[in-house]
Amino acid sequence: MAKVKESPWLLHYDGSSCNGCDIEVLACLTPVYDAERFGIVNTGDPLQADILLITGGINTQNKPVVEQLYAQMPRPKVVVAVGTCACTGGIFKECYNILGGADTTIPVDIYVPGCAARPQSIIDGIIKAVDLFQKRSDEHDALMDKQKRKEG
Amino acid sequence: MAKKRSVIPFGPQHPVLPEPIHLDLMVEDEKVIKAIPSIGFIHRGLESLVRKKDYNEMVYVAERTCGICSFMHGMGYCESVEHIMGVEVPVRARYLRTVWCEMSRIHSHLLWLGLLADGFGFESLFYQCWRIRERILDMVELTTGGRLISSVNKVGGVIRDIEPDMQTAILHAVKEIEKELRVVQKTFMNDYSVESRLKGVGVLTKKEVLELGCTGPFARASGANFDMRVRGYGAYADLDFDPIISPVGDSYARCDVRIQEIFQSIDLIRQALGQLPDGDLSVPVKGNPDGEYFMRVEQPRGEAVYYVRASGKKNLDRLRIRTPTFANLPGLCKTLEGADYADIPLLILTIDPCISCTER
Repeated sequence: MAKVKESPWLLHYDGSSCNGCDIEVLACLTPVYDAERFGIVNTGDPLQADILLITGGINTQNKPVVEQLYAQMPRPKVVVAVGTCACTGGIFKECYNILGGADTTIPVDIYVPGCAARPQSIIDGIIKAVDLFQKRSDEHDALMDKQKRKEG
Repeated sequence: MAKKRSVIPFGPQHPVLPEPIHLDLMVEDEKVIKAIPSIGFIHRGLESLVRKKDYNEMVYVAERTCGICSFMHGMGYCESVEHIMGVEVPVRARYLRTVWCEMSRIHSHLLWLGLLADGFGFESLFYQCWRIRERILDMVELTTGGRLISSVNKVGGVIRDIEPDMQTAILHAVKEIEKELRVVQKTFMNDYSVESRLKGVGVLTKKEVLELGCTGPFARASGANFDMRVRGYGAYADLDFDPIISPVGDSYARCDVRIQEIFQSIDLIRQALGQLPDGDLSVPVKGNPDGEYFMRVEQPRGEAVYYVRASGKKNLDRLRIRTPTFANLPGLCKTLEGADYADIPLLILTIDPCISCTER
């Protein structure tokens, strides 16, 4: 893991998971696993979030909610699909109300497998997301600088 | 000045609840007059999978109804199919199921206590509860291989055994949990700031609870003697316990009942492991189920009803799950009426909502 210059904020949304991955995501933030030591902060506000952790597949009713959450997040942003359901639809893939994994609706960067995903693998996914966020953030800054130079 | 009415949406994405539920709160100044829930954000339609998966594979689907009380869902489904097929489950398997049931009850209640503490802004108490919870999850992992979704149930018994060294480890873990929980209990029950957030908030009387059909600790905290474990499924008939009931009916009583239930579960685990009989883990099951059965199991959140109908094919005809949170939603809306807006997240938490069960 490269040196982290920024502290990305994390937003968690439960798509249509069975709760298993959700409480493992929460368990990641508690003292035993403590994902906050990597500089991330859990937030409930999409307007301030940099990393979206999505658990569970997408269904007809939560599709607009997920799209809206993603649209509200400022650029640059990273999406992590946690659990088999968020990756592919999982065991519920054949259910009539499931459209599929999170990538049917929004672009997903990192896939964390597991049913339920273990805290260790979720932390691994979060670290990858932090690195990716750092990279995108640098690119974003460079682009902004370039634009400023052009204008000024 | 005239009071101003407005409608405030709550959810589906909200910092307090990890799960999506949407409520339209009609408020008059700071008081809530009416709460209208709308659900369906996690509806998957897993009951329909009975047409695609055979009755043995459905155990794994039933376990994924909910990640928190996953073991009890699997057990409820297996016991109903076993009843239809007339399978006599070995006594040891019934005891092992009971031990795992109580272990998931401990982890679920500790999870709830943590979320409640987080709900009223007591962050360190939240961390303490979840730290204790990891102990029981370690034991679930040791005995089943999974932390939350254990998948040790099958029609006809269980897949894994709890061996003597595991039993020692469990007994040691519950002893530690008991010790640490006594410390946490003092904070929950004696702390001035906790008391001021919970006492006298969201009171439901016994009559209201029975009329609205509430179940579980939510109903027991209002004085309704309603615990499905006394039916004696699993090994509960051989164990000595009394349902924990509080007559008060406010949020404080609900918290108290759940803490007492953790101690009760620890006691039940000790009893079950103390008299664990020898024998097989499962019996071979032949043929297909034919008939129908209603199974009622007590989950951490209340009574879950399993209805299974089969007609001699390898796929079941119908599976219907009535989950405890669904039964508690009318009770929740009743407590929200007349409550302060600031108490809303806390009141929603006191029914211990499990939305993914409710919507399946």
